[in-house]
Amino acid sequence: MGSSIAASAAQPAKFEFLVREEEHVANGTLLGFWLYLMSDCLIFAALFATYGVLSQSYAGGPTGADLFDLPLVALNTSFLLVSSITYGFAMLQMQQGKLSGTMLWLGITGILGVGFLGLEIYEFYHLIQLDAGPQTSGFLSAFFALVGTHGLHVVFGILWLVILLVQLRMYGLTGANRRRLFCLSMFWHFLDVVWIGVFTIVYLMGSMS
Amino acid sequence: MTEQFDLAKLVFGRLTWDAIPLHDPILIATFAMVVIGGGSLVAALTHYKVWGYLWQEWITSIDHKRIGVMYMILGFVMLMRGFSDAILMRVHQAFAFGDSAGFLPPDHYDQIFTAHGVIMIFFVAMPFVVGLMNYIVPLQIGARDVAFPFLNNLSFWMTAAGAGLVMVSLFIGQFAKTGWLAYPPLSGILQSPGVGVDYYIWALQIAGVGTLLSGINLVVTIVKMRAPGMNMMKMPVFVWTSLCANVLIVAAFPVLTAVMGMLTLDRYLDFNFFTNDLGGNAMMYVNLIWIWGHPEVYILILPLFGVFSEIVATYSRKRLFGYSSMIYATVVITVLAYMVWLHHFFTMGSGATVNSFFGIATMIISIPTGAKLFNWLFTMYRGRIQFDVPMLWTIGFMITFIIGGMTGVLLAVPPVDFVLHNSLFLIAHFHNVIIGGVVFGTFAAVTYWYPKVTGYRLDPFWGKASFWCWFIGFYLAFMPLYLLGFMGVTRRMSRFDDPSLQIWFQVALCGALLVALGILCFIIQLYVSYKNRVALSDKTGDPWNGRTLEWSTSSPPPQYNFAFTPRVHDIDAWWQMKANGFVRPTDGFMPIHMPKNTAAGIVLAGISGAFGFAMIWHMWLVAGLAFVALLAAIIIHTFNYNREYYIPVEEVEKAETKFLAKQVELADTKFAAKQTEVII
Repeated sequence: MGSSIAASAAQPAKFEFLVREEEHVANGTLLGFWLYLMSDCLIFAALFATYGVLSQSYAGGPTGADLFDLPLVALNTSFLLVSSITYGFAMLQMQQGKLSGTMLWLGITGILGVGFLGLEIYEFYHLIQLDAGPQTSGFLSAFFALVGTHGLHVVFGILWLVILLVQLRMYGLTGANRRRLFCLSMFWHFLDVVWIGVFTIVYLMGSMS
Repeated sequence: MTEQFDLAKLVFGRLTWDAIPLHDPILIATFAMVVIGGGSLVAALTHYKVWGYLWQEWITSIDHKRIGVMYMILGFVMLMRGFSDAILMRVHQAFAFGDSAGFLPPDHYDQIFTAHGVIMIFFVAMPFVVGLMNYIVPLQIGARDVAFPFLNNLSFWMTAAGAGLVMVSLFIGQFAKTGWLAYPPLSGILQSPGVGVDYYIWALQIAGVGTLLSGINLVVTIVKMRAPGMNMMKMPVFVWTSLCANVLIVAAFPVLTAVMGMLTLDRYLDFNFFTNDLGGNAMMYVNLIWIWGHPEVYILILPLFGVFSEIVATYSRKRLFGYSSMIYATVVITVLAYMVWLHHFFTMGSGATVNSFFGIATMIISIPTGAKLFNWLFTMYRGRIQFDVPMLWTIGFMITFIIGGMTGVLLAVPPVDFVLHNSLFLIAHFHNVIIGGVVFGTFAAVTYWYPKVTGYRLDPFWGKASFWCWFIGFYLAFMPLYLLGFMGVTRRMSRFDDPSLQIWFQVALCGALLVALGILCFIIQLYVSYKNRVALSDKTGDPWNGRTLEWSTSSPPPQYNFAFTPRVHDIDAWWQMKANGFVRPTDGFMPIHMPKNTAAGIVLAGISGAFGFAMIWHMWLVAGLAFVALLAAIIIHTFNYNREYYIPVEEVEKAETKFLAKQVELADTKFAAKQTEVII
């Protein structure tokens, strides 16, 4: 090792040690946001695990089969799934540089999201009316926490979407706004993926219990 | 009348004058000291008119170096608090035997051991580790800042807000009495109806957001911003261990957030996750919190393994032995960190099969760790070792950590754990690895990189004094605890009846006092070095003849770190540059694109802290307002599109010429001689 240093020292001009032109580092926002989503995914993982452990802890209260209204949940699910497609259309419009098209599809996405939320709030309200609130049993605590956390994410997603609409109107499809649209897109699809887990594990499997 | 009363309830919640602990002389004295100390500090800052400077250059700074230093200062301030708790406990236990009740009532003692654990892990060890990574990683990879400089500032202030809440609990209300992980059902609303556990929850939630963001930030920084030529297997070992630690942060802290959220729901809205009745399952909490908690100890120790690797190579004048095995060992530890959480509760009753799996997985971790130790030893073997202070800490670490590691393997044997579980043996074990590893490592790192940060070295005499006090003090304080643990003494007890145990607690007190002396020596060292800063100054930027890129800049580095981005050809990039006759350019400088300072970080963290405080005291109106304000502040921040600027070329030229001039001044003297010696 010592000799290799001495050998290379004999020919000093061999290496270029500096970048002499202006250096632009790669933007890390998308990777960073993706990492955030993975960390969020772990929050859901912890909630799913807890739901798994507590899913039979009815404490003498109602079970999933007693409570879940599958047609309502099916409608709810379709709202969210369609909203992912409409967000996809918004991104296609963005790629073509069409501001108004982007905003139109974003708006439709937001309306579908509000529809999803409305149905979920109705469901929660209905359950609480039936004395099946989160205080009733471990099972219902885990149910409300998991589904409610997903719902809260949708609330923040819609809030973000509205703000982004304002910013698009003010500044157009700039680099920063495109990046934000990408991030919200990842967020929105991520919520869809989580919902598929919720739909399957909580509602479908719960209805069979 | 009733309406008025309700409004007061809405604003002040359960906060009344009774929450101020006027009955406790210890707390009143502490409070007086804090008021006098804090007051004189504020007065001094105002007198010397440094508020503007602090605001512009530090508080709103998005420079990773400034933020790193602020993390270290936060860690040190909180170390004072956490160590005071330790001394209180040691003094109390040395005397609380038989008829003597000691001077701490059990109610207070329980808060002290909880606060000690929480503070030392979350607000001392974490800020130290995150601060080091913040300062050093971008410099070692040849970057100008981290990937998200604003988030970095926000992370720091969120951590500080969490620490602030813990400090506030000292004087308003009380802290948790549950132990540092707040197991339910003890931490549930029935057994802990007061504000203690709520302080715990909100301090950890707020600080946890900061830690998670800084984890994401540093992972992206390391993945995306390395200098050209630095592929993954050319990164300095410290960067590797930091990468692994930050991956662990991203993959562990969300679980803490989730489990704290569930405990919050249990306490605030009567959910039944961890309650004794209605289908709750307290062991779920214990599992989840350790799924975060075990990786957490590796988050703390891995970066320090990196520090020791850098130091051993530098002071042995040799390339690190077994670079790739070091990397593989780090990655293996990272993965295994997730597979061992259950060894914290073998006694839960999972059965022999499950316990065996986790016991064996735990023992396997000692293999990569052992590989690291051998690598350090082989690096020293036939090296030209220089016994500077960082090297003393490193050797002290190697000896101490081996003992701690071996007692860890012992505890990993489930039948042994059934005997030693919750005993002082366990306490001795984890202090053995955390003090021997994280604390010794932090002191090594601070001594090693101090000239880079400040421009002058630390005085070696007081450094050595501090090291020996800490080293001997540690053994004196914790070896008796191993013995007591074997004798069956359990943790978290404030008083004992058996007088034969007392002598060991008194020995441990002597050890703790010696450690206090070590801390005092460190403070003296800071002062003496500052006074002699001219004599100790580092004009070269490379006082130890270092190997990695941070030593290629001036000390302290300019705001933009590197006037030109380095190109990397070797693991020891700076060493290779020196060996190949690297000459600093004197012209061709360019303006440099940098992010702007912002006050958004401290504003958001301040509102978060206020929100946490309001939630703790059930001040629903205030909490609601704070939450709305938080959302508004975030939204307003997103409307700021103008976040970057250029440092003009004249400024870059001025800074670089000044550094070059210092180098020329030195060139005729020893520096050149040393360089030739190195090459031969």
